[in-house]
Amino acid sequence: MTINNVWVFAQGSNATVSSFTAELLTKARDLTDNVSAFVAGDGAALAESLGKFGAKKVYSTGDLGGRLAGVAAASAMAALISGGEKPDLILFPQNYDGRDTIARLSVKLGVTVLTNSVDIAVVGSEVVATTPIFGGNVLFATAFTGAGPHLASFRPKSFAAQESGGGAAEVVAVAVPDAGATGAAKVTAVHVEETSGPKLDEANVVVAGGRGLGESQNFAMVEELSKLLHGAPGASRAIVDAGWVPYSYQVGQTGKVVKPSVYIAAGISGATQHMVGMKGSKNIIAINKDKEAPIFAVADLGIVGDVHKVLPKLIEALKSRG
Amino acid sequence: MKVMKIVVCVKQIPDPAAPGSLDPSTNALKRDGKLILDDSDAYGVEMALQLVTAAGGGEVSIVSMAPNGETSGMRTALAMGAVRGVLVSDPALAGSDALTTARVLAAAVQKVGMPDLVIAATESTDGYTGTVPAQMAEVLGLPSVTFAKKVKVEGGVLKIDRQTEDGYDEVECPLPALVSVTAGVVEPRYPSFKGIMDAKKKEVITVTASDLGITPVGWSGAGQKVSSVTQAEARQAGQVIEDDGEAFNKIVAFLETLKVI
Repeated sequence: MTINNVWVFAQGSNATVSSFTAELLTKARDLTDNVSAFVAGDGAALAESLGKFGAKKVYSTGDLGGRLAGVAAASAMAALISGGEKPDLILFPQNYDGRDTIARLSVKLGVTVLTNSVDIAVVGSEVVATTPIFGGNVLFATAFTGAGPHLASFRPKSFAAQESGGGAAEVVAVAVPDAGATGAAKVTAVHVEETSGPKLDEANVVVAGGRGLGESQNFAMVEELSKLLHGAPGASRAIVDAGWVPYSYQVGQTGKVVKPSVYIAAGISGATQHMVGMKGSKNIIAINKDKEAPIFAVADLGIVGDVHKVLPKLIEALKSRG
Repeated sequence: MKVMKIVVCVKQIPDPAAPGSLDPSTNALKRDGKLILDDSDAYGVEMALQLVTAAGGGEVSIVSMAPNGETSGMRTALAMGAVRGVLVSDPALAGSDALTTARVLAAAVQKVGMPDLVIAATESTDGYTGTVPAQMAEVLGLPSVTFAKKVKVEGGVLKIDRQTEDGYDEVECPLPALVSVTAGVVEPRYPSFKGIMDAKKKEVITVTASDLGITPVGWSGAGQKVSSVTQAEARQAGQVIEDDGEAFNKIVAFLETLKVI
């Protein structure tokens, strides 16, 4: 089939699209010139930034007044489609609101979803999405078989964002239909967890700690090392579940996907769940007591040793360089 | 205080510690061996049990879907304190997509009887499509709050801290509703010996998808098909050295060549 009309579930703040949105818009332009963005919120504020990455049009719901984005966006999208709009394909970010929206919309339209994808292409008469499985060792290509619109969601950093040099997207205000009981959840307060230093998924250096640190206070070494390298601290799911650090530190399938220049894994064995989130790093350094740990199979430099001995010496050496 | 009826959706999966493999004839994930309760689901079961206790009464039921009649993972949830289970088991379910799975599970929830609250994990450990909870909510006509990291009920209203990109939102939602909980939301209890013994006697009803009126399911009902399966380019392992007390120098030297320091 040919793709003539692609929508992107777009997000952003302060008049700037998120890097995730920029990546998806770039991919959408690969498939067609006719790219529209859908914003569950103030799309007009993002029109210029969306246009820069190739969106010709932005459907904007305006402020949601505390409604959760998933139900509101899916209801509004379904109304546009039943009103005659014909997107062939809608691209979603694999994140909180993206997942809620694609899920709700799939039921409203009665179509399948392909999630966790890292690529999408038209192959012959089919639209095929690619998903890595088994920690990225195997690439699974799946074709949509039913009628469109096809719904697919993608992992962050699947595509390199590139500006198109386009002008501001045309703003089309869309109404959010009353979702009845399904729309009854309301946001009553928003909390932003402040972090100092670069963001985990944008940092040039990430130092991540795992269960091998032994106890929670030893995570301080990970934080100190990341600070010395102007990086961000990260964590395996094991120590997030154990409550040592907040969820926002988690790297992996259910956490953040990071692709820094340097990733240092301290006391992390390298469960599939974790590897999915960091295998794309340019350089990987691993320190682990167990020489059989899977993390060594992907490390450029592996140190078989005790993190409690190696990290303090490394920190001292870096400090003494001033 | 209102009595809480809660249904928890759980998945029984192959042991994640064992390497996964694909059935060469269908390219579906192999699930024919022993299945265990997905770790992610233990949090939902625990959360449900705690909410029932806080409400001063009620009960927790379990629903699950598996192609091969397996109940050992469900027995773990029953041993923790759930009172009954409904398993949708049908060889025809193999190859079902997420939308079909959501329809089947939603019908199983209705079979138990519409509860005050449906709880699921945010995603399974083996398939991790991550859309089934919100799809179920849409099928059931319920509001949903996904990625809940704190859940309580006050005056018949759910009060939830929901994970976001930058922190968390406080969300209020009337019952009935569906909630998906993140790992670590509570500390799952270990089943007691008595719990394990009692679980063997608890009722698990097995039904087929067609008993629930859901057809077609499996490969024929899926809006997708496997197109190809290829090995990804493997990342090459580099140098691995044993720490002799001076290995930190190797790291310093490597960071220098990378111009990070």
